[in-house]
Amino acid sequence: MTTKNATIYNWIDERLGLSELAAFARHKTVPVHLQSFWYYWGGISLFLFMVQCFTGVLLLVYFRPGAEAYESVRQITFVMHFGWLIRSAHAWSASLMIFSILVHMFSVYFMKAYRKPREFGWLSGMALLGIASVFGFSGYLLPMDELSYFATKVGLQIPAAIPFVGEAIANMLRGGPDVSEFTVQRFFALHVVVLPAIFLPLLGFHLWLVQRHGNAAPPSVEALPPEQRKSMPFFPNFFQKDLAMWMFSLVVLSSLASVFPWSLGKPYDALAPAPIGIHPEWYFMSPFEMLKLLGNVLPGEAGEIAGILLFTLGIALWVLIPFYDNTKESGQRARAAHYFGLIAVILLLTTTVIGYWTIR
Amino acid sequence: MTEHTHLAPVVEGSGETNTRRAFLVAAGAAGLAYTAALAYPIYRYLASPQEMAMEATAVTEVNLKDAQKLPAGSVLMFKFGASPALLIHHEDGRWISMTAVCTHLGCTVQYEPQADRIHCACHGGVYNPYTGANVSGPPPKPLKLFKVAVNETGVDVSRA
Repeated sequence: MTTKNATIYNWIDERLGLSELAAFARHKTVPVHLQSFWYYWGGISLFLFMVQCFTGVLLLVYFRPGAEAYESVRQITFVMHFGWLIRSAHAWSASLMIFSILVHMFSVYFMKAYRKPREFGWLSGMALLGIASVFGFSGYLLPMDELSYFATKVGLQIPAAIPFVGEAIANMLRGGPDVSEFTVQRFFALHVVVLPAIFLPLLGFHLWLVQRHGNAAPPSVEALPPEQRKSMPFFPNFFQKDLAMWMFSLVVLSSLASVFPWSLGKPYDALAPAPIGIHPEWYFMSPFEMLKLLGNVLPGEAGEIAGILLFTLGIALWVLIPFYDNTKESGQRARAAHYFGLIAVILLLTTTVIGYWTIR
Repeated sequence: MTEHTHLAPVVEGSGETNTRRAFLVAAGAAGLAYTAALAYPIYRYLASPQEMAMEATAVTEVNLKDAQKLPAGSVLMFKFGASPALLIHHEDGRWISMTAVCTHLGCTVQYEPQADRIHCACHGGVYNPYTGANVSGPPPKPLKLFKVAVNETGVDVSRA
Protein backbone atom coordinates (compact mmCIF):
# COMPACT_ATOMS: atom_id res chain seq x y z
CA MET A 1 0.00 0.00 0.00
CA THR A 2 1.33 3.38 -0.91
CA THR A 3 1.59 6.02 1.80
CA LYS A 4 -1.28 7.97 0.29
CA ASN A 5 -3.58 4.95 0.34
CA ALA A 6 -2.43 4.16 3.85
CA THR A 7 -3.34 7.66 4.96
CA ILE A 8 -6.82 7.36 3.49
CA TYR A 9 -7.25 3.90 5.00
CA ASN A 10 -6.15 5.15 8.42
CA TRP A 11 -8.46 8.13 8.21
CA ILE A 12 -11.47 5.89 7.56
CA ASP A 13 -10.27 3.19 9.97
CA GLU A 14 -10.01 5.63 12.89
CA ARG A 15 -13.61 6.61 12.32
CA LEU A 16 -15.27 3.32 11.31
CA GLY A 17 -12.99 0.67 12.85
CA LEU A 18 -12.29 -1.19 9.58
CA SER A 19 -9.35 -3.10 11.04
CA GLU A 20 -11.58 -4.59 13.76
CA LEU A 21 -13.90 -5.85 11.03
CA ALA A 22 -10.95 -7.19 9.04
CA ALA A 23 -9.60 -8.94 12.14
CA PHE A 24 -13.03 -10.42 12.77
CA ALA A 25 -13.28 -11.65 9.19
CA ARG A 26 -9.78 -13.20 9.42
CA HIS A 27 -10.69 -15.20 12.51
CA LYS A 28 -14.13 -16.35 11.40
CA THR A 29 -14.12 -20.01 10.38
CA VAL A 30 -16.67 -22.50 9.13
CA PRO A 31 -16.61 -26.14 10.30
CA VAL A 32 -15.81 -28.69 7.59
CA HIS A 33 -17.52 -32.07 7.76
CA LEU A 34 -19.82 -34.31 5.73
CA GLN A 35 -22.84 -32.08 6.33
CA SER A 36 -21.09 -28.80 5.44
CA PHE A 37 -23.18 -28.60 2.25
CA TRP A 38 -26.22 -27.56 4.27
CA TYR A 39 -24.46 -24.39 5.44
CA TYR A 40 -25.05 -22.82 2.02
CA TRP A 41 -28.82 -22.73 2.32
CA GLY A 42 -29.03 -19.76 4.67
CA GLY A 43 -26.87 -17.78 2.26
CA ILE A 44 -28.97 -18.90 -0.72
CA SER A 45 -32.11 -17.75 1.10
CA LEU A 46 -30.45 -14.40 1.74
CA PHE A 47 -29.45 -14.08 -1.90
CA LEU A 48 -32.96 -14.87 -3.10
CA PHE A 49 -34.33 -12.31 -0.66
CA MET A 50 -32.05 -9.71 -2.22
CA VAL A 51 -33.36 -10.75 -5.63
CA GLN A 52 -36.88 -10.23 -4.26
CA CYS A 53 -36.04 -6.72 -3.08
CA PHE A 54 -34.46 -5.85 -6.40
CA THR A 55 -37.13 -7.28 -8.72
CA GLY A 56 -39.81 -6.01 -6.33
CA VAL A 57 -38.60 -2.44 -6.69
CA LEU A 58 -38.55 -2.88 -10.47
CA LEU A 59 -42.18 -4.06 -10.42
CA LEU A 60 -43.06 -1.14 -8.18
CA VAL A 61 -42.02 1.17 -11.01
CA TYR A 62 -45.16 0.26 -13.00
CA PHE A 63 -47.53 -1.48 -10.58
CA ARG A 64 -50.65 0.45 -9.58
CA PRO A 65 -52.56 -0.99 -6.60
CA GLY A 66 -56.32 -0.74 -6.26
CA ALA A 67 -58.79 -0.87 -9.14
CA GLU A 68 -56.07 -0.68 -11.79
CA ALA A 69 -53.98 -3.52 -10.36
CA TYR A 70 -54.80 -6.08 -13.05
CA GLU A 71 -54.36 -3.60 -15.88
CA SER A 72 -50.96 -2.52 -14.59
CA VAL A 73 -49.74 -6.12 -14.24
CA ARG A 74 -51.02 -6.80 -17.76
CA GLN A 75 -48.99 -3.81 -18.91
CA ILE A 76 -45.89 -5.02 -17.08
CA THR A 77 -46.28 -8.51 -18.56
CA PHE A 78 -47.21 -7.69 -22.15
CA VAL A 79 -46.24 -4.08 -22.89
CA MET A 80 -43.07 -3.14 -21.02
CA HIS A 81 -39.89 -4.64 -22.44
CA PHE A 82 -38.79 -7.66 -20.39
CA GLY A 83 -41.55 -6.94 -17.87
CA TRP A 84 -42.64 -10.59 -18.17
CA LEU A 85 -39.12 -11.64 -17.21
CA ILE A 86 -38.91 -9.41 -14.16
CA ARG A 87 -42.34 -10.45 -12.94
CA SER A 88 -41.51 -14.09 -13.61
CA ALA A 89 -38.21 -13.77 -11.74
CA HIS A 90 -40.01 -12.20 -8.77
CA ALA A 91 -42.57 -15.00 -8.63
CA TRP A 92 -40.07 -17.82 -9.15
CA SER A 93 -37.60 -16.35 -6.71
CA ALA A 94 -40.36 -16.18 -4.08
CA SER A 95 -40.96 -19.91 -4.48
CA LEU A 96 -37.26 -20.73 -4.49
CA MET A 97 -36.71 -18.56 -1.41
CA ILE A 98 -39.40 -20.39 0.57
CA PHE A 99 -37.88 -23.67 -0.61
CA SER A 100 -34.36 -22.73 0.47
CA ILE A 101 -35.60 -21.36 3.82
CA LEU A 102 -37.33 -24.70 4.42
CA VAL A 103 -34.15 -26.62 3.54
CA HIS A 104 -32.19 -24.28 5.82
CA MET A 105 -34.69 -24.78 8.64
CA PHE A 106 -34.69 -28.58 8.43
CA SER A 107 -30.89 -28.72 8.21
CA VAL A 108 -30.66 -26.55 11.33
CA TYR A 109 -33.21 -28.77 12.99
CA PHE A 110 -31.47 -32.06 12.26
CA MET A 111 -28.01 -30.67 13.05
CA LYS A 112 -29.50 -29.55 16.37
CA ALA A 113 -28.16 -26.08 15.69
CA TYR A 114 -30.98 -24.58 17.77
CA ARG A 115 -29.36 -25.64 21.05
CA LYS A 116 -27.69 -23.28 23.49
CA PRO A 117 -26.53 -20.57 22.70
CA ARG A 118 -28.45 -20.41 19.40
CA GLU A 119 -32.07 -20.37 20.61
CA PHE A 120 -32.63 -16.81 19.38
CA GLY A 121 -31.29 -17.78 15.96
CA TRP A 122 -33.94 -20.50 15.75
CA LEU A 123 -36.74 -18.26 17.02
CA SER A 124 -35.87 -15.35 14.73
CA GLY A 125 -35.53 -17.77 11.82
CA MET A 126 -38.99 -19.17 12.46
CA ALA A 127 -40.38 -15.63 12.61
CA LEU A 128 -38.66 -14.85 9.29
CA LEU A 129 -40.22 -17.94 7.71
CA GLY A 130 -43.62 -16.88 9.04
CA ILE A 131 -43.24 -13.40 7.57
CA ALA A 132 -41.94 -14.86 4.30
CA SER A 133 -45.12 -16.90 3.94
CA VAL A 134 -47.25 -13.78 4.58
CA PHE A 135 -45.12 -12.07 1.91
CA GLY A 136 -46.02 -14.94 -0.43
CA PHE A 137 -49.71 -14.82 0.45
CA SER A 138 -50.06 -11.05 0.11
CA GLY A 139 -47.99 -10.87 -3.07
CA TYR A 140 -50.09 -13.57 -4.70
CA LEU A 141 -53.17 -11.32 -4.70
CA LEU A 142 -51.52 -8.29 -6.28
CA PRO A 143 -52.10 -9.21 -9.98
CA MET A 144 -55.84 -9.56 -9.20
CA ASP A 145 -56.41 -12.31 -11.72
CA GLU A 146 -58.82 -15.20 -11.23
CA LEU A 147 -56.34 -17.43 -9.45
CA SER A 148 -55.11 -14.80 -7.02
CA TYR A 149 -58.70 -13.80 -6.25
CA PHE A 150 -59.76 -17.30 -5.31
CA ALA A 151 -56.50 -18.13 -3.53
CA THR A 152 -57.00 -15.11 -1.28
CA LYS A 153 -60.68 -15.85 -0.80
CA VAL A 154 -59.91 -19.41 0.31
CA GLY A 155 -56.81 -18.47 2.32
CA LEU A 156 -58.72 -15.93 4.38
CA GLN A 157 -61.21 -18.65 5.35
CA ILE A 158 -58.54 -19.95 7.71
CA PRO A 159 -58.41 -16.90 10.03
CA ALA A 160 -62.18 -16.59 9.53
CA ALA A 161 -62.61 -20.00 11.20
CA ILE A 162 -61.18 -18.79 14.51
CA PRO A 163 -64.09 -18.82 16.97
CA PHE A 164 -65.75 -15.48 17.89
CA VAL A 165 -63.18 -13.04 16.44
CA GLY A 166 -62.33 -14.86 13.19
CA GLU A 167 -64.89 -13.16 10.96
CA ALA A 168 -63.90 -9.69 12.23
CA ILE A 169 -60.20 -10.43 11.55
CA ALA A 170 -60.95 -11.70 8.04
CA ASN A 171 -63.09 -8.62 7.28
CA MET A 172 -60.32 -6.38 8.52
CA LEU A 173 -57.75 -8.14 6.31
CA ARG A 174 -60.06 -8.05 3.28
CA GLY A 175 -61.32 -4.53 3.82
CA GLY A 176 -64.91 -5.72 3.50
CA PRO A 177 -66.95 -8.91 3.28
CA ASP A 178 -65.38 -9.99 -0.01
CA VAL A 179 -61.99 -9.75 -1.77
CA SER A 180 -62.04 -6.53 -3.80
CA GLU A 181 -59.83 -3.62 -4.86
CA PHE A 182 -59.77 -2.57 -1.20
CA THR A 183 -58.10 -5.89 -0.42
CA VAL A 184 -55.43 -5.47 -3.07
CA GLN A 185 -54.74 -1.95 -1.83
CA ARG A 186 -54.13 -3.04 1.77
CA PHE A 187 -52.27 -6.21 0.78
CA PHE A 188 -50.02 -3.95 -1.28
CA ALA A 189 -49.28 -1.75 1.74
CA LEU A 190 -48.59 -4.91 3.73
CA HIS A 191 -46.39 -6.42 1.03
CA VAL A 192 -44.16 -3.44 0.27
CA VAL A 193 -44.11 -1.43 3.52
CA VAL A 194 -45.25 -3.27 6.63
CA LEU A 195 -43.67 -6.68 6.01
CA PRO A 196 -40.27 -5.33 4.85
CA ALA A 197 -40.21 -3.00 7.86
CA ILE A 198 -40.54 -6.01 10.17
CA PHE A 199 -38.53 -8.45 8.08
CA LEU A 200 -35.38 -6.39 7.55
CA PRO A 201 -34.46 -5.65 11.21
CA LEU A 202 -35.29 -9.24 12.12
CA LEU A 203 -33.05 -10.46 9.31
CA GLY A 204 -30.29 -8.16 10.59
CA PHE A 205 -30.68 -9.67 14.05
CA HIS A 206 -30.61 -13.21 12.62
CA LEU A 207 -27.42 -12.50 10.64
CA TRP A 208 -25.78 -10.77 13.59
CA LEU A 209 -26.43 -13.87 15.70
CA VAL A 210 -24.77 -16.03 13.05
CA GLN A 211 -21.67 -13.81 13.30
CA ARG A 212 -21.78 -13.92 17.08
CA HIS A 213 -22.09 -17.67 17.51
CA GLY A 214 -20.72 -18.97 14.22
CA ASN A 215 -21.97 -22.07 12.41
CA ALA A 216 -23.09 -24.90 14.63
CA ALA A 217 -21.51 -28.28 13.96
CA PRO A 218 -23.74 -31.36 14.22
CA PRO A 219 -23.48 -33.26 17.54
CA SER A 220 -21.42 -36.07 15.96
CA VAL A 221 -18.75 -33.53 14.98
CA GLU A 222 -18.93 -31.65 18.26
CA ALA A 223 -18.24 -34.93 20.07
CA LEU A 224 -14.85 -35.24 18.31
CA PRO A 225 -11.72 -34.03 20.10
CA PRO A 226 -10.75 -30.49 18.93
CA GLU A 227 -7.72 -31.68 16.94
CA GLN A 228 -9.90 -33.89 14.73
CA ARG A 229 -12.35 -31.12 13.91
CA LYS A 230 -11.62 -29.43 10.61
CA SER A 231 -12.55 -25.92 9.57
CA MET A 232 -11.95 -23.44 6.78
CA PRO A 233 -11.55 -19.67 6.95
CA PHE A 234 -14.78 -17.87 6.16
CA PHE A 235 -12.95 -15.19 4.24
CA PRO A 236 -12.13 -15.78 1.45
CA ASN A 237 -12.59 -19.56 1.23
CA PHE A 238 -16.16 -20.09 2.36
CA PHE A 239 -17.21 -16.71 1.03
CA GLN A 240 -16.07 -17.71 -2.47
CA LYS A 241 -18.06 -20.92 -2.24
CA ASP A 242 -21.05 -18.92 -1.03
CA LEU A 243 -20.75 -16.63 -4.05
CA ALA A 244 -20.49 -19.64 -6.34
CA MET A 245 -23.73 -20.98 -4.85
CA TRP A 246 -25.33 -17.58 -5.42
CA MET A 247 -24.27 -17.66 -9.07
CA PHE A 248 -25.66 -21.16 -9.34
CA SER A 249 -28.96 -20.03 -7.77
CA LEU A 250 -29.13 -17.13 -10.20
CA VAL A 251 -28.67 -19.51 -13.13
CA VAL A 252 -31.44 -21.80 -11.82
CA LEU A 253 -33.69 -18.80 -11.20
CA SER A 254 -33.14 -17.16 -14.58
CA SER A 255 -33.64 -20.46 -16.40
CA LEU A 256 -36.91 -21.16 -14.60
CA ALA A 257 -38.11 -17.57 -15.03
CA SER A 258 -37.43 -17.47 -18.75
CA VAL A 259 -38.37 -21.05 -19.71
CA PHE A 260 -41.52 -21.14 -17.57
CA PRO A 261 -42.72 -17.53 -17.49
CA TRP A 262 -45.30 -16.86 -14.80
CA SER A 263 -48.75 -16.65 -16.35
CA LEU A 264 -51.41 -14.01 -15.94
CA GLY A 265 -54.99 -15.30 -15.92
CA LYS A 266 -58.24 -13.57 -16.73
CA PRO A 267 -59.09 -10.50 -14.64
CA TYR A 268 -60.99 -11.45 -11.50
CA ASP A 269 -64.74 -11.47 -11.68
CA ALA A 270 -66.61 -11.63 -8.39
CA LEU A 271 -69.50 -13.44 -10.14
CA ALA A 272 -67.48 -16.07 -12.02
CA PRO A 273 -67.24 -19.62 -10.62
CA ALA A 274 -63.89 -20.89 -9.35
CA PRO A 275 -61.79 -22.36 -12.19
CA ILE A 276 -61.39 -26.16 -12.32
CA GLY A 277 -58.23 -27.52 -10.68
CA ILE A 278 -57.60 -24.42 -8.56
CA HIS A 279 -55.06 -25.14 -5.83
CA PRO A 280 -52.77 -23.18 -3.50
CA GLU A 281 -49.06 -22.56 -4.12
CA TRP A 282 -46.96 -25.60 -3.27
CA TYR A 283 -45.82 -24.15 0.07
CA PHE A 284 -49.42 -23.83 1.24
CA MET A 285 -50.46 -27.18 -0.21
CA SER A 286 -49.67 -29.22 2.90
CA PRO A 287 -51.75 -27.24 5.43
CA PHE A 288 -54.52 -26.93 2.82
CA GLU A 289 -54.59 -30.70 2.33
CA MET A 290 -54.40 -31.40 6.07
CA LEU A 291 -57.43 -29.19 6.64
CA LYS A 292 -59.24 -30.97 3.81
CA LEU A 293 -58.43 -34.43 5.19
CA LEU A 294 -59.44 -33.38 8.68
CA GLY A 295 -62.66 -31.97 7.27
CA ASN A 296 -63.50 -35.44 5.93
CA VAL A 297 -63.11 -36.95 9.39
CA LEU A 298 -64.71 -34.11 11.34
CA PRO A 299 -67.14 -32.30 9.05
CA GLY A 300 -68.28 -28.75 9.61
CA GLU A 301 -67.13 -26.14 12.05
CA ALA A 302 -65.77 -28.72 14.50
CA GLY A 303 -63.26 -29.85 11.86
CA GLU A 304 -62.16 -26.30 11.11
CA ILE A 305 -61.59 -25.46 14.74
CA ALA A 306 -59.84 -28.78 15.41
CA GLY A 307 -57.63 -28.12 12.39
CA ILE A 308 -56.62 -24.67 13.58
CA LEU A 309 -55.94 -26.00 17.09
CA LEU A 310 -53.79 -28.84 15.75
CA PHE A 311 -51.82 -26.47 13.52
CA THR A 312 -51.25 -24.01 16.32
CA LEU A 313 -50.12 -26.81 18.61
CA GLY A 314 -47.81 -28.35 16.00
CA ILE A 315 -46.20 -25.03 15.11
CA ALA A 316 -45.84 -24.09 18.79
CA LEU A 317 -44.07 -27.38 19.53
CA TRP A 318 -41.82 -26.88 16.51
CA VAL A 319 -40.91 -23.31 17.49
CA LEU A 320 -40.26 -24.26 21.13
CA ILE A 321 -37.98 -27.22 20.32
CA PRO A 322 -34.79 -25.53 21.66
CA PHE A 323 -36.32 -25.41 25.12
CA TYR A 324 -37.30 -29.08 25.05
CA ASP A 325 -34.18 -30.56 23.44
CA ASN A 326 -31.67 -28.35 25.24
CA THR A 327 -28.79 -30.50 26.40
CA LYS A 328 -25.65 -31.50 24.51
CA GLU A 329 -25.98 -35.15 25.54
CA SER A 330 -27.77 -37.30 23.00
CA GLY A 331 -30.37 -38.73 25.37
CA GLN A 332 -34.05 -39.58 25.23
CA ARG A 333 -35.10 -36.00 24.47
CA ALA A 334 -32.66 -35.59 21.61
CA ARG A 335 -34.01 -38.74 20.01
CA ALA A 336 -37.63 -37.65 20.55
CA ALA A 337 -36.87 -34.32 18.88
CA HIS A 338 -35.26 -36.15 15.99
CA TYR A 339 -38.35 -38.34 15.47
CA PHE A 340 -40.62 -35.31 15.77
CA GLY A 341 -38.62 -33.72 12.94
CA LEU A 342 -38.86 -36.83 10.79
CA ILE A 343 -42.62 -37.03 11.36
CA ALA A 344 -42.94 -33.36 10.38
CA VAL A 345 -40.98 -33.90 7.14
CA ILE A 346 -42.95 -37.04 6.24
CA LEU A 347 -46.26 -35.34 7.04
CA LEU A 348 -45.41 -32.28 4.94
CA LEU A 349 -44.22 -34.36 1.99
CA THR A 350 -47.10 -36.85 1.97
CA THR A 351 -49.84 -34.22 2.35
CA THR A 352 -48.23 -32.15 -0.40
CA VAL A 353 -48.09 -35.18 -2.70
CA ILE A 354 -51.70 -36.15 -1.87
CA GLY A 355 -52.71 -32.54 -2.46
CA TYR A 356 -51.26 -32.50 -5.96
CA TRP A 357 -52.49 -36.04 -6.64
CA THR A 358 -56.09 -35.14 -5.88
CA ILE A 359 -56.26 -31.99 -8.05
CA ARG A 360 -58.90 -32.67 -10.62
CA MET B 1 -0.05 -8.83 -3.42
CA THR B 2 2.36 -9.57 -0.58
CA GLU B 3 2.07 -13.37 -0.88
CA HIS B 4 4.03 -13.33 -4.14
CA THR B 5 7.10 -11.58 -2.83
CA HIS B 6 8.94 -14.80 -1.97
CA LEU B 7 8.28 -16.42 -5.34
CA ALA B 8 11.17 -16.51 -7.78
CA PRO B 9 10.75 -13.77 -10.36
CA VAL B 10 8.86 -15.12 -13.32
CA VAL B 11 10.41 -14.56 -16.70
CA GLU B 12 8.04 -12.64 -18.90
CA GLY B 13 6.41 -14.76 -21.55
CA SER B 14 6.71 -17.94 -19.48
CA GLY B 15 3.71 -20.25 -19.33
CA GLU B 16 2.70 -19.33 -15.79
CA THR B 17 2.15 -15.64 -16.41
CA ASN B 18 0.32 -16.31 -19.62
CA THR B 19 -2.07 -18.77 -18.03
CA ARG B 20 -2.76 -16.48 -15.13
CA ARG B 21 -3.25 -13.43 -17.31
CA ALA B 22 -5.42 -15.39 -19.75
CA PHE B 23 -7.50 -16.65 -16.85
CA LEU B 24 -7.98 -13.18 -15.38
CA VAL B 25 -8.90 -11.73 -18.76
CA ALA B 26 -11.38 -14.54 -19.41
CA ALA B 27 -12.89 -14.21 -15.94
CA GLY B 28 -13.18 -10.45 -16.36
CA ALA B 29 -14.80 -10.83 -19.76
CA ALA B 30 -17.22 -13.44 -18.45
CA GLY B 31 -18.09 -11.15 -15.53
CA LEU B 32 -18.72 -8.24 -17.89
CA ALA B 33 -20.85 -10.39 -20.18
CA TYR B 34 -22.81 -11.64 -17.18
CA THR B 35 -23.40 -8.12 -15.88
CA ALA B 36 -24.42 -6.92 -19.33
CA ALA B 37 -26.86 -9.83 -19.70
CA LEU B 38 -28.47 -8.78 -16.42
CA ALA B 39 -28.36 -5.05 -17.04
CA TYR B 40 -29.78 -5.09 -20.59
CA PRO B 41 -33.31 -6.35 -19.78
CA ILE B 42 -33.45 -4.05 -16.75
CA TYR B 43 -32.46 -1.06 -18.85
CA ARG B 44 -35.00 -1.88 -21.55
CA TYR B 45 -37.70 -2.44 -18.90
CA LEU B 46 -37.09 0.94 -17.29
CA ALA B 47 -36.79 2.66 -20.67
CA SER B 48 -40.13 1.31 -21.96
CA PRO B 49 -42.18 4.51 -21.44
CA GLN B 50 -39.46 6.56 -23.11
CA GLU B 51 -39.50 4.22 -26.11
CA MET B 52 -43.29 4.41 -26.28
CA ALA B 53 -43.09 8.21 -26.20
CA MET B 54 -40.52 8.15 -29.00
CA GLU B 55 -42.87 6.02 -31.08
CA ALA B 56 -45.63 8.54 -30.40
CA THR B 57 -43.38 11.40 -31.58
CA ALA B 58 -43.12 9.67 -34.93
CA VAL B 59 -46.74 10.79 -35.52
CA THR B 60 -46.99 13.12 -38.54
CA GLU B 61 -50.69 13.88 -38.52
CA VAL B 62 -53.44 14.29 -35.93
CA ASN B 63 -57.15 14.36 -36.71
CA LEU B 64 -59.09 16.51 -34.29
CA LYS B 65 -62.72 15.43 -34.53
CA ASP B 66 -65.35 18.22 -34.41
CA ALA B 67 -62.62 20.84 -33.91
CA GLN B 68 -64.08 22.85 -36.83
CA LYS B 69 -66.76 23.97 -34.33
CA LEU B 70 -64.13 25.81 -32.29
CA PRO B 71 -65.46 29.40 -31.96
CA ALA B 72 -63.37 32.25 -33.36
CA GLY B 73 -61.04 33.82 -30.79
CA SER B 74 -60.49 30.61 -28.85
CA VAL B 75 -57.92 27.87 -28.54
CA LEU B 76 -57.85 24.08 -28.31
CA MET B 77 -55.01 22.28 -26.58
CA PHE B 78 -54.23 18.81 -27.94
CA LYS B 79 -51.41 16.28 -27.98
CA PHE B 80 -49.33 16.09 -31.13
CA GLY B 81 -47.48 12.83 -30.59
CA ALA B 82 -46.06 13.04 -27.11
CA SER B 83 -46.08 16.82 -26.63
CA PRO B 84 -48.82 19.45 -26.21
CA ALA B 85 -49.86 21.67 -29.12
CA LEU B 86 -52.21 24.62 -29.78
CA LEU B 87 -54.98 25.03 -32.35
CA ILE B 88 -56.04 28.69 -32.50
CA HIS B 89 -59.13 29.90 -34.36
CA HIS B 90 -58.38 33.61 -34.71
CA GLU B 91 -61.02 36.36 -34.77
CA ASP B 92 -60.16 37.03 -38.44
CA GLY B 93 -61.06 33.42 -39.24
CA ARG B 94 -57.51 32.16 -39.70
CA TRP B 95 -56.67 28.73 -38.29
CA ILE B 96 -53.18 28.44 -36.82
CA SER B 97 -51.61 25.44 -35.12
CA MET B 98 -48.21 25.20 -33.48
CA THR B 99 -46.35 23.31 -30.80
CA ALA B 100 -47.06 24.49 -27.25
CA VAL B 101 -43.62 23.62 -25.89
CA CYS B 102 -41.69 26.81 -25.05
CA THR B 103 -38.31 26.88 -26.78
CA HIS B 104 -36.72 28.33 -23.64
CA LEU B 105 -37.04 25.61 -20.95
CA GLY B 106 -39.89 23.45 -22.17
CA CYS B 107 -42.90 24.78 -20.23
CA THR B 108 -46.31 24.62 -21.91
CA VAL B 109 -47.29 28.01 -23.35
CA GLN B 110 -50.82 29.48 -23.51
CA TYR B 111 -52.76 31.60 -25.99
CA GLU B 112 -54.09 34.85 -24.50
CA PRO B 113 -56.88 36.11 -26.82
CA GLN B 114 -57.35 39.47 -25.02
CA ALA B 115 -53.65 40.35 -25.40
CA ASP B 116 -53.47 38.53 -28.76
CA ARG B 117 -50.23 36.83 -27.85
CA ILE B 118 -48.82 33.49 -26.81
CA HIS B 119 -47.33 33.67 -23.34
CA CYS B 120 -45.17 31.35 -21.31
CA ALA B 121 -45.90 31.77 -17.60
CA CYS B 122 -42.63 30.21 -16.46
CA HIS B 123 -40.20 32.94 -17.53
CA GLY B 124 -42.38 35.45 -19.40
CA GLY B 125 -41.57 34.45 -22.97
CA VAL B 126 -43.92 35.91 -25.59
CA TYR B 127 -44.62 34.59 -29.11
CA ASN B 128 -46.58 35.88 -32.09
CA PRO B 129 -49.88 33.91 -32.29
CA TYR B 130 -49.88 33.89 -36.12
CA THR B 131 -46.29 33.06 -36.97
CA GLY B 132 -44.97 31.53 -33.77
CA ALA B 133 -42.07 34.01 -33.84
CA ASN B 134 -40.41 34.72 -30.48
CA VAL B 135 -41.29 38.34 -29.71
CA SER B 136 -39.88 39.05 -26.28
CA GLY B 137 -38.47 37.40 -23.19
CA PRO B 138 -35.95 34.57 -23.03
CA PRO B 139 -37.12 32.17 -25.82
CA PRO B 140 -34.26 31.69 -28.31
CA LYS B 141 -36.33 30.25 -31.16
CA PRO B 142 -39.86 30.50 -32.62
CA LEU B 143 -42.56 27.89 -31.99
CA LYS B 144 -42.86 25.44 -34.90
CA LEU B 145 -46.04 25.82 -36.96
CA PHE B 146 -48.13 22.89 -38.16
CA LYS B 147 -50.16 22.66 -41.36
CA VAL B 148 -53.91 22.97 -40.75
CA ALA B 149 -56.72 21.63 -42.95
CA VAL B 150 -60.31 22.32 -41.87
CA ASN B 151 -63.18 20.17 -43.20
CA GLU B 152 -66.79 19.33 -42.22
CA THR B 153 -65.88 16.56 -39.80
CA GLY B 154 -62.89 18.08 -38.04
CA VAL B 155 -59.46 19.61 -38.33
CA ASP B 156 -56.39 17.79 -39.61
CA VAL B 157 -53.09 18.99 -38.21
CA SER B 158 -49.88 17.75 -39.82
CA ARG B 159 -46.18 18.44 -39.71
CA ALA B 160 -45.26 21.30 -41.99
